[in-house]
Amino acid sequence: MHDLYNFVSGPLVWVAFAVFFFGCLYRLIRMLALVNQKEKFIFSYMSFKYSLRSILHWSIPFATENMRQHPVMTIVTFAFHFCLIITPLFLLAHVILWDEAWHFSWGHLPEGLTDIMTLVVVFGCFFFLIRRLRLPEVQFVTSASDYIILGIVAAPFITGFLAYHQWFNYPFFMILHIISGEIMLITIPFTRLAHMVLAPFTRAYMGSEFGGVRHARDW
Amino acid sequence: MAEVATKKKTTQILDEGIERGAARLTTDQIATVVNRVLKTETGARLKTYVETCIHCGLCSEACHYYLSHDKDPRYSPVGKVKATLWEILKRKGRIDPESMKQIALIAYTECNLCKRCAMYCPFGIDIAYLILVVRRICHLLGITPQYLQDTAHSHAATMNQMWIKDDEWIDTLQWQEEEAQAEIPALRIPLEKEGADIMYSVIGPEPKFQAQLIYQTAVLMNVAGLNWTMPATPGWDNSDMAMYSGDNEIMGRIKRAHFEAATRLRVKKIVMGECGHAFRSVYDMGNRWLGWKMPPIPIVHAIEFYYNLLKEKRITVAKKYDEGVTLHDPCNVVRGGGLHEKSRYVVKAISSNFIEMHPNREHNYCCCAGGGVINCGPPYKNVRVDGNRIKAEQLFAAKSRGATTLIAPCHNCHSGLEDINHHYGLGFKIKFIGDILYEVMEKPE
Repeated sequence: MHDLYNFVSGPLVWVAFAVFFFGCLYRLIRMLALVNQKEKFIFSYMSFKYSLRSILHWSIPFATENMRQHPVMTIVTFAFHFCLIITPLFLLAHVILWDEAWHFSWGHLPEGLTDIMTLVVVFGCFFFLIRRLRLPEVQFVTSASDYIILGIVAAPFITGFLAYHQWFNYPFFMILHIISGEIMLITIPFTRLAHMVLAPFTRAYMGSEFGGVRHARDW
Repeated sequence: MAEVATKKKTTQILDEGIERGAARLTTDQIATVVNRVLKTETGARLKTYVETCIHCGLCSEACHYYLSHDKDPRYSPVGKVKATLWEILKRKGRIDPESMKQIALIAYTECNLCKRCAMYCPFGIDIAYLILVVRRICHLLGITPQYLQDTAHSHAATMNQMWIKDDEWIDTLQWQEEEAQAEIPALRIPLEKEGADIMYSVIGPEPKFQAQLIYQTAVLMNVAGLNWTMPATPGWDNSDMAMYSGDNEIMGRIKRAHFEAATRLRVKKIVMGECGHAFRSVYDMGNRWLGWKMPPIPIVHAIEFYYNLLKEKRITVAKKYDEGVTLHDPCNVVRGGGLHEKSRYVVKAISSNFIEMHPNREHNYCCCAGGGVINCGPPYKNVRVDGNRIKAEQLFAAKSRGATTLIAPCHNCHSGLEDINHHYGLGFKIKFIGDILYEVMEKPE
């Protein structure tokens, strides 16, 4: 058990972060290289102002028509994405790990709060799952991979929650938590979870076209 | 007990163009063409769009087909991409001809490329572009709806949409000139006037069966005292169905002819009639195909042209149109050109009782005729009309608040809305802005 723990919390962390960072970088570079190679004109339409205008509108809850049409989805998706990113970065246990390893620390959120935020993420995944199963327009375009990536995202939060509360078998869930977190990091660049890095660019391009050429709103 | 009603898609339509096209194909040929298009014509956009889409279905409510078919997921934008492009990609192009027919029908007749969904996708994925890629593949495979293909052939052979011969074009203009001279004796439709300020361009159907629109514009131009001309050579037609059939090469040729006509006449700008798809062709797609980021010659759509005339008081209104008027925002000039405030300025200037329909401006529902769908011909009339019940509901709501006249400043919208108007018994008078402007403007005695 100790050997396994040392492995997943040592070398595998390096691997996971390296794959995540370089993978994301690779995705971005590959996309831009492809634009450069085959659709260079896209660069000439890109507008910083209109990109930002579009990204901003789609980053504010209820700032777009579609968000207003789906209020529950809007609240859940914003809460989900916010907690998904903020919780692991400012969780006390994570901050302590960074401090112990690198003597480098930043603020953390109260544990009671991160506990709730974890549940928000898990609830969000559950909500998305129900949406996939129940809404015909979502179900129609759902494939196995959609459930898998949902599981990949939910796993580190479910196991982290169990490990934090030391319910059931603590060491087992701790190791599972670390592994599932690493799996998530590793899969982000190579699954549709890559929307994390790609979506701002698709948004920016549509924003630029709508603002600069079409003189219309895209929200 | 009665059986549970199952939703059935529109009965299979037999389209000669698609049937005969598919009969000539093999799965291997389809795969070859698909992979050639994917390799040589698509790039980062297609790849990124497909790999970023999270399958959330949030684009669904953007689509009038989806809303009109009781939210049948097969009609949602992403549902149509799944049934066409995803399938093509998943099978690496190995689609059998029978399935390819279905794909062609969806791409050509169940999407108007109106881009409303681009405004509903949280990632801004350009779904219309993805459907255009499918149409491009269908065009190269030779499975295109027969009527649409005939129009594209007309473009290729005559540089206009309606098989109009060169002399018929000139004849029609001179006929309209004579007609209008009965009203304004000094009126001219100046042909081939080099160095004029404006080249006025229309779509093929205007000289073919809506010549009064040319008459009306001639009156406007003359009363406003503008220095204008129309070309007497091919290149006069700004329309472009090749853009919608996937025939980019012909799209390029006809746009080149159009821009070259304007260049030869050394005009300062092209003013175009009330057409939406032609605006898309000269302002967005055709110019880009030719390598122009923006059109090489300034393009002024009729809405903007009227706006300027009224704003500068070159045209004054004698007595405003007093019936309740509602305004349809055509996708290509509103989502595609941002002319919605200008059209409202014009409509309010010429009519006294303006009633908004909802949703409006960029969020207006499509007419279901554009994107080449109406040009796929009579076989698909029911597809269009049944596929746009939501439009009828939207119009009915405007009617219940007092609107009796529907202004549609776009030819495709105009014709499509006529069908919806008739089918759903809405009883609107459908007009172009120019119809009313001509009616209410101050004319010399």
